[in-house]
Amino acid sequence: MSLSIFLQNIANGLSLGSLYALIAIGYTMVYGILRLINFAHGDIFMLSTYFVFYGILIFSLPWWLSFIIAIILTAFTGMLTERIAYRPLRKAPKISLLISAIGVSFFLENAGVVVFSGIPKSFARPELFDTMLIFKDIRISTINIVSFIISIIFLMALLYIVYKTKTGLAMRAISVDVETSKLMAIDVNKTISITFGIGSALAAVGGVLWALKYPQIFPFMGIIPGLKAFIAAVVGGIGNIPGAMLGGFILGLTEIMLVGFMPELSGYRDAFAFLILILILLFKPDGLLGKNVQEKV
Amino acid sequence: MTRKKEQLLSFVALIVLAILTYLAQNYLDNYKLRILNLGAIYATLGVSLNLIFGFTGQFSLGHAGFMAIGAYTTALLIMPPMYKEMTFIIEPLIWPLNVLQLPFIVALLLGGLFAAILAILIGLPVLRLKGDYLGIATLGFAEIVRVIANNIPQVTNGALGLKGIPQYTNLWWTMGFAVLTVFIVKRLISSSYGRALMAIRENEIAAEAIGVNLTYHKVMSFTISAFFAGIGGGLLASLLTTIDPRAFMFIMTFNVLIVVVIGGLGSITGTVIAAFLFNFCLEYLRPIEEGFSLGPLSIPEVPGLRMVTFSLLLLVVILFKQNGLMGEIEFTWKGFFRFLSRFKANRPMKGEGM
Amino acid sequence: MTLLKADNITMRFGGLTAVDSFKIEIEPGEIVGLIGPNGAGKTTVFNMITGIYTPTENRIYFQEEDITGLKPDRIAKMGIARTFQNIRLLDNLSVLDNVMIGTHLHLKSNLFSAIFRLPGYVKEENELYEKSRQLLKKVELDEYAGEKAGSLPYGKQRKLEIARALATEPRLLLLDEPAAGMNPQESKELVDFIRQIRDEFEVTVFLIEHDMKVVMEICERILVLDYGVTIAEGKPEEIKNNPEVIKAYLGVDVVNA
Repeated sequence: MSLSIFLQNIANGLSLGSLYALIAIGYTMVYGILRLINFAHGDIFMLSTYFVFYGILIFSLPWWLSFIIAIILTAFTGMLTERIAYRPLRKAPKISLLISAIGVSFFLENAGVVVFSGIPKSFARPELFDTMLIFKDIRISTINIVSFIISIIFLMALLYIVYKTKTGLAMRAISVDVETSKLMAIDVNKTISITFGIGSALAAVGGVLWALKYPQIFPFMGIIPGLKAFIAAVVGGIGNIPGAMLGGFILGLTEIMLVGFMPELSGYRDAFAFLILILILLFKPDGLLGKNVQEKV
Repeated sequence: MTRKKEQLLSFVALIVLAILTYLAQNYLDNYKLRILNLGAIYATLGVSLNLIFGFTGQFSLGHAGFMAIGAYTTALLIMPPMYKEMTFIIEPLIWPLNVLQLPFIVALLLGGLFAAILAILIGLPVLRLKGDYLGIATLGFAEIVRVIANNIPQVTNGALGLKGIPQYTNLWWTMGFAVLTVFIVKRLISSSYGRALMAIRENEIAAEAIGVNLTYHKVMSFTISAFFAGIGGGLLASLLTTIDPRAFMFIMTFNVLIVVVIGGLGSITGTVIAAFLFNFCLEYLRPIEEGFSLGPLSIPEVPGLRMVTFSLLLLVVILFKQNGLMGEIEFTWKGFFRFLSRFKANRPMKGEGM
Repeated sequence: MTLLKADNITMRFGGLTAVDSFKIEIEPGEIVGLIGPNGAGKTTVFNMITGIYTPTENRIYFQEEDITGLKPDRIAKMGIARTFQNIRLLDNLSVLDNVMIGTHLHLKSNLFSAIFRLPGYVKEENELYEKSRQLLKKVELDEYAGEKAGSLPYGKQRKLEIARALATEPRLLLLDEPAAGMNPQESKELVDFIRQIRDEFEVTVFLIEHDMKVVMEICERILVLDYGVTIAEGKPEEIKNNPEVIKAYLGVDVVNA
């Protein structure tokens, strides 16, 4: 493999990784706060791409405007799912909450089939993103660079919110102890709602960038990226936001590198992510950046 | 009620079930039979998942993987060699699978056995993990099984899957294995070993401190669970007559998980009831999306509507029945007669009732 | 023969030394107390003896056999049982089941004969059942046999946890703060209860306790732990009057009492 191909792969891996990171945030934030593996998150991601698609196609909005609207709509959808399907179950057994998440996932996927039809739709890529940047013999598509930069901006914004604002403080407090947070006059419902909003908005950013990168959308498209992003969250240490970012990049890079270096194994691409996951879990069960919480005897 | 009497009642119930099975197998149409078969297979799958999850407290999401092992093993062992030759067009099937053909029951048991062996290999390292982490790791293994199935066409025919699997599965087989699974799991959990499993579920540290070998008991429960998942997969393969790797995505595990949780985690009775309800619902919701006409009004076909309705139904049930339909309640003859006598008491009859 | 012997065991967590060169020899039939302020490392000593932690340094012998690093269930099988500071019952199981699980480690029948209820297993199960029932009678919990363990009042839960430990037929019983949360009357009963089980079940008792009345009354020998270091060892009277212990832990009240 030549250096240029290697660098191209790096660029590819970083951009894929940044998308995983964006989606992984939603998993990790929700898990941190509710201890729920939100299996519907991948479908929230899917919805965002359709919002953009219809924004451009039906309402003939400029692409940047429909991006923004899609992100907002997705955030609200995420909050709505929490309000309807998760909040009533807050005191229920955890597994019931998980079943509810699976129910929401089934609902969104199939509502997608009903409303958008199951046939994949081609996503019109704005010309801006269709070009290739060429430095000597290295060719990198604009979308890779754009998605990386946009992701980094949003990730930074998120870190700012979580670690520097009052809302962020409330989120972190709730993830440690819900009951005590209530005593500290934290509005738990509102904070959880905001968490879902932020997580979904980031998934929407990921979704839009994903659709620009792989311009074909269908109602079940969220399953695999969702699962991968979830793995990224666990690899990084679930509940830990920088961990989710790290996990996302690790997963994106290794996946692209595997296919790049050993194309004969590309069929095993999806299994590879799980293999990393299991190895991490066995040797560092709380993920790379997770805190090791042992039960006190 | 004495134990003898209860055993007698159970025996009578078994005979009644056999008669019903006979009648259903001979007089119901194929469509209805298929639903019943699916219900019974899901009962097998659900009860086996309940063993590891509901009774042992180990969150396993690997069922689809074990089912895949059972399904492929069974299918490859019962397909006539000639069929296999026609099916495997990408790459020929490897020896000795290409010439081997075994009786259905042997194939099923081998499917269960392979699933069980895999469970031991996987279980030894991963059952140290706890809670959601265990769930994720087992889900990962199941997905790896699926991806491998996709990538070894010389064994599985790859993404094309297997077609023309002989349809040996009938209600005798599915009901028979459902009864056997219930019997074995019930006997296991009411034995001393079962108490040890439940001790692990309740408090691992306490269980270990009173001498329960965690590894042995967890792996044992996981292995028995996987064995029946493998059998369930084999029955399913021979019922549907076609399988491919996509059928064993984690959605499959979710379906079984839904059955277990909706039925009531830790209730075998609940799982069996939910297994049939689940399949009745899915099938009888089918007309919704097939389009129908009401007088002059004709509703066109709307694909996806069935699953939308189903998922809404699922959400409603879980929101209103947070502990599942049965909670942890189990069917007993005593409870059954108490239930009957309640009806009697309600009737305005002198000298009757409580 | 010495029942339990810890030979200068040390437990470190990262840079923190929780227990430093802890040394003890317990003879059969003794009742030994382990006291010390909160965080002194008492429970850590128990956790090392029962296999939850493996000492960072040196070894533990039970009946002259090296048990260092064995898993908790193996150690339980060898004859060491314990209770926990924060009660660890199997809350959703019945009182009887809690005790019966304690007998599981003595089960000889294999899985197959248990599932198919072969005569050998049925006989054994009946024996375990009778044994557990007897045990519940002895600790006066028989009337609650069918109730969920989690629904018992606090004092009875403590008692049940001891009964469950006894079901494993231990030679050495470790009690982690058995009197915690009990009123004076209950503590008094507990003292009699511990003596009673020592005599009746022929166990040796090693206990951690904060209630000085209980400790002084019941223990034949006491060790005092402070910041992981054993600062005193002796008969109750000696401990009572040991100036270092008073300084570290006992406080004026108890000395005057």
